Amino acid sequence: MERCAVVGIGQTKHTAARKDVSMPGLVREAAERALADAELTWKDIDAVVIGKAPDMFEGVMMPELFLHDALGGAYKPMLRVHTAGSVGGSTGIVAASLVQAGVHERVLTVAFEKQSESNAMWALTISMPFAMAVVAGAGGYFAPLIRGYIRRSGAPEDTGIRVALKDRKNALKNPYAHVQLPDVTFEQIAASPMLWDPVRYLETCPSSDGACAMVLASESAAARSPGRPAWVHATEMRSEPTYFAGRDQVIPRATLDNAKSLYKKAGISDPRREIDVAEVYVPFSWFEPMWMEGLLFAAPNEGWKMVYEGATAMDGDLPINPSGGVLSSNPIGASGLLRFAEAALQVRGQAGEHQVDGARKALGHAYGGGSQYFSTWIVGSDKP
Amino acid sequence: MRDVAVVSFAQSRHVRREPDRNEVEILMPVVREARERSGLGRGEIDFVCSGSTDYLAGQSFAFVAGLDAVGAWPPICESHVEMDGAWALYEAWVKIQTGYADSALVYGFGKASMGDLPEVLALQLDPYVLTPLWPDAVSLAALQARLCLEGGVVSEGAMAEAAVRDRRNAKDNPFAQVKGDFEAAKLLGEPFHVAPLRKHDCAPISDGAAAVVIAAGDVARRVCKRPAWITGFTHIAEPQDLGVRDLTRSRSTEIAAEKAGVGKGPVDVAELSAPFTHQELLVERALGLGGATKVNPSGGALAANPIMAVGLVRVGEAARRVQDGSARRAVAHATSGPCLQQNLVCVLEG
Amino acid sequence: MSEAPHSLTAPHKLEYTYKRSTGPILGRFFGGLRDGRILGVRRPDGRVLVPPKEYDPDTGVALSELVEVAPTGTVVSWAWVAQPREKQPVGRPFAYALVKLDGADTPLLHAVDSGGDAKKLRSGLRVRARFAAERTGTLRDIEAFEPAEGAKAEAGWPRALAQKDLPEPLEILKVPVKLDYLYSAGQAATRFLRAIAEGRLLGQRCPVDGKVYFPTRGACPEHGVPTEGEPVDVKDRGTIVSYSIVRVPSENLAVELPFAAITVLLDGADSTFTHVLSEAKLEDVHMGMRVQAVWLPREQWTTSMRNIKFFKPSGEPDAPFESYEAHL
Repeated sequence: MERCAVVGIGQTKHTAARKDVSMPGLVREAAERALADAELTWKDIDAVVIGKAPDMFEGVMMPELFLHDALGGAYKPMLRVHTAGSVGGSTGIVAASLVQAGVHERVLTVAFEKQSESNAMWALTISMPFAMAVVAGAGGYFAPLIRGYIRRSGAPEDTGIRVALKDRKNALKNPYAHVQLPDVTFEQIAASPMLWDPVRYLETCPSSDGACAMVLASESAAARSPGRPAWVHATEMRSEPTYFAGRDQVIPRATLDNAKSLYKKAGISDPRREIDVAEVYVPFSWFEPMWMEGLLFAAPNEGWKMVYEGATAMDGDLPINPSGGVLSSNPIGASGLLRFAEAALQVRGQAGEHQVDGARKALGHAYGGGSQYFSTWIVGSDKP
Repeated sequence: MRDVAVVSFAQSRHVRREPDRNEVEILMPVVREARERSGLGRGEIDFVCSGSTDYLAGQSFAFVAGLDAVGAWPPICESHVEMDGAWALYEAWVKIQTGYADSALVYGFGKASMGDLPEVLALQLDPYVLTPLWPDAVSLAALQARLCLEGGVVSEGAMAEAAVRDRRNAKDNPFAQVKGDFEAAKLLGEPFHVAPLRKHDCAPISDGAAAVVIAAGDVARRVCKRPAWITGFTHIAEPQDLGVRDLTRSRSTEIAAEKAGVGKGPVDVAELSAPFTHQELLVERALGLGGATKVNPSGGALAANPIMAVGLVRVGEAARRVQDGSARRAVAHATSGPCLQQNLVCVLEG
Repeated sequence: MSEAPHSLTAPHKLEYTYKRSTGPILGRFFGGLRDGRILGVRRPDGRVLVPPKEYDPDTGVALSELVEVAPTGTVVSWAWVAQPREKQPVGRPFAYALVKLDGADTPLLHAVDSGGDAKKLRSGLRVRARFAAERTGTLRDIEAFEPAEGAKAEAGWPRALAQKDLPEPLEILKVPVKLDYLYSAGQAATRFLRAIAEGRLLGQRCPVDGKVYFPTRGACPEHGVPTEGEPVDVKDRGTIVSYSIVRVPSENLAVELPFAAITVLLDGADSTFTHVLSEAKLEDVHMGMRVQAVWLPREQWTTSMRNIKFFKPSGEPDAPFESYEAHL
């Protein structure tokens, strides 16, 4: 396999409605920043890989067809990935695989969502004939799973609030984050309205417009790149069906299998110790302790202890979501790629105020569907 | 590059409207058949990739149900493109090239009969300046056809002959939808559908699914007597704006063909996915095919057009002919977007 | 599964009016249409692109120099639509055409209305934009182009636009999208729905491990095999495996807020589904609670899960955690 490195990263300021830009304008903003970071122009790019969540968000069927030339993609190969909420991660993985396979030297990957064009709750749960709609958006779907986790693990009720407080404070250090609450307190989060009991308003991700872009390069192309590359050490993805009798939806087997295989590929035997920082897809605060277990950072039913011990804080032994995470910015289709990109920023030492000191190995994670699609990568400052 | 081959292929009988089964029920036996024919057990397939689009059913996440057909347990390494299954095959081929997988199952499916497909495809256009005018897919193809006719690039006669050829070839294809013996002169006596196109110039609308299994080197040789080796595989997209493209040729197909090395040897068989007769002629030309090539022995997209699977069907049909020895070298083509916007070329050899 | 019932079908509408922010170039273009003017943008080689884009489609290079082109032009190609669809711009037979406006270097796609007469159309035909009397800033502000034989290509196009000559931008373009489908439930769901129309709750066994799927599925997702054999009836009472109190509005919800959305494991089934709990205080809802279905009056039954109006507490003692833990 060819080595692959991230040599350019760009993202937009994430916000509820980017009324000042069109869809092409939004994706170009992120892509131009990634190209500038890599000191490249459109013509240096060999192929474009685009990702986003359901087309009904923007009401364009396969929008990559009208968008790819805005990304310098004319007369080049172009792919469009869609794997539900994990799509941003999968998009990064597909882009990396084009370099790892030796097919291309430099690939531009862009993921985006412009949720303000419609209404996410509408697009996620379009009512179909014969059915009875009782699931209210993603929160309605995931709340019972969170309740299952609390019951099974015996986690204290305020675990979710603690996660939300940490991520919301981290977001203040990230200029691109959507939700920034300068004086946020534990009490304020605790007192925020229950949307889908046990999920409170301030424990919930926003609905954002935003885009994320990366330039991925081969080893020789990375050598000619100005900045410090983030080397891709391993990628992995796993999927399982939405429903079957006896399926564990709280900590699905797909997340565990994915993590085991990822670490094996990356030569990691003790992930909690060997990984310096992780950007994990946490759309509702409780998913942090859940994915600590799902990523094998914590033993079963003990993920919440990492939250309680402060291990996942900026100054903890494994900082989780220094960027503020999905809780702070959620352009759905881009959210996974943002996790991958933020991991790369950390090992490039480019994360600015939310930089974790000395980070050399980082994990990016995304999940989607009914907790059934997982995509992850590990990037490092050193060549794999 | 690693040697990778198509080892098995299965498809549904493509029909205008599947009265009983939903998409997953159409897909399930197809996936099972491709898997059984591959000789690979469930645990032996390393990667799964599919192609479909939510707008055929008017429902978000329509592809998620496809996992039910695969039996994704224990959890599988899997991906999906909102593109024809031929591009899912490309992603799978790339995955095998990385060394992360030695084999892959690929499928594409679509039940177009639930909506008004030519109108649904208007949602595929620039949402600011094209979709508000609701140009249907046939009208856009007709604009292109007139440019080609008036530019002397194609003739109505040649277009009709393409339809006659494909429908005649499809007589031997139990999965095809439009087949039989027709005379070009008679077809040309029919009224226009969307002038300058007549009905015979347009591919049918089909419900259907297809699945292909590919494998690397020794795995392919172990399970398949005569694997169809993929020796060239590329795809290229043009801008969508009809005004900035030369619609009288398929430049993206030309570039893809060059990169895939189509011209490096004789082509015995070509399977083309063009949904309109003039587009079939443009693709033939862009691939540089000569008289020695048998075009669309299956009938091509003009005989059955299960959108999101039709391109994958072309790869399967081309591979089948390499596997049965009737072709030494074959080319498969897939397309997406208005007026041949995006094109994929795959070269297969015995 | 020898019998193959024709699938139940029902109309399904996908309907939404998208609000599209237009950005700096398209915003001016739509603003221009509202004023009855048509704008293009210059590419680096000087050629004029209509409609304008923020970027050069061939190279991705940013574009910014807006110019105005003429409302007259020449048909480059055309397609005759003998049977217009409802959403299309002209209500009688018309042509979609590529029209190269005077001053533009690339053609614009629009409609040509020749009064329903195909014979009046030809490539090379001179046409003129027919603007609507009331305009909002969309390409539909041009109702259609009309034949304008004799309208010579005027000189002076394209016209440069000073900052003060630029139209006021349109910030948000509203694009209504409505697609009509005939949704097809498929064989397994059809069997299930026909049974529920008779008050029966049908499950289907996985042939590999015998587990009962409710609602019926065509396949066991775990094993990837069709659920064959005789369907089994499951009870209309069961256990709450998990739940959520929903207090947030959602456009498609079938129930009033707040309500308890419950994940139910019916007696006799091995898979769960989601429904609504009623006739219980929200604070009393808990995992393990035993519930029973409350059906609509029989005469209101249809082929829908809505035949079960809601679930209510059955009054039985709670189910032990171990009995449903595997279904979380």
